[in-house]
Amino acid sequence: MGTAKTSAAIFAALGDETRLLLVSRLCDGRPMSIARLTSGTDITRQAVTKHLRVLQDAGLVRSRRRGRESVWRLEQRCLADARHYLEIISEQWDDALGRLRKFVEE
Amino acid sequence: MNTDRVEKKILLRAPRKRVWKALTDSAEFEKWFGVKFDAPFKPGASMRGELVGTAVDAEVAKMQKQYAGKPFEMTVETMEPERLFSLRWHPNAIEPGVDYSSEPTTLVEFVLEEAPGGVLLTVTESGFDKIPLARRAKAFTANDNGWSIVVKLIEKYLAQEGHGK
Repeated sequence: MGTAKTSAAIFAALGDETRLLLVSRLCDGRPMSIARLTSGTDITRQAVTKHLRVLQDAGLVRSRRRGRESVWRLEQRCLADARHYLEIISEQWDDALGRLRKFVEE
Repeated sequence: MNTDRVEKKILLRAPRKRVWKALTDSAEFEKWFGVKFDAPFKPGASMRGELVGTAVDAEVAKMQKQYAGKPFEMTVETMEPERLFSLRWHPNAIEPGVDYSSEPTTLVEFVLEEAPGGVLLTVTESGFDKIPLARRAKAFTANDNGWSIVVKLIEKYLAQEGHGK
């Protein structure tokens, strides 16, 4: 997702209320079936399939078969970001514990 | 791969009593951690403090200055003298104007063990998988990549009436 071109594709893909809804529902990281993705909404199955394809083309989501249905999840990259997040937290702890050491050893 | 917890170990060349006090005496905690609390830590206590900057590292204090005065909340869970101190907070809750109170917290545990020459301190912070991915991505939106655009759009979307839940 580094280049301006891919950013533009993402931007375009999310320039739609329904697709924003779908991505925000997938944001908790768990794969979801189409039924779950659209629960409580009046989006048709046909429409959601079309929207998911747009999101897939932009590299935001991917699908996998689970039995008779497809489940959708956020692209791996987003999960890589979750790991990157832990690295940031980890560095913050290194800093904090370095300060604790200075504090108790002096 | 693990995205839920961070674990850190550090050998502190100081008496166990000293380390325990630095962790659990709120006035001492302020000095190294950089958050000031008005009340002592007690099991079950909801603590409200504010960022003041650390007293032990001038460079870090300078960096923390941009967040000075920012409220910082945590809940003390367990205090087993000289062995276990645990608390819950909202990780990285530094964004201005954001109410984190409805989001899940992470559990922070400090475990003290006797070790040759000092105290082995193990810190674990866990529960990150329950923090919304968008919030986690926010921690490094300074890198202006595509994902940061996604995060901004989603936040904007969720902020609109009726979309939050």
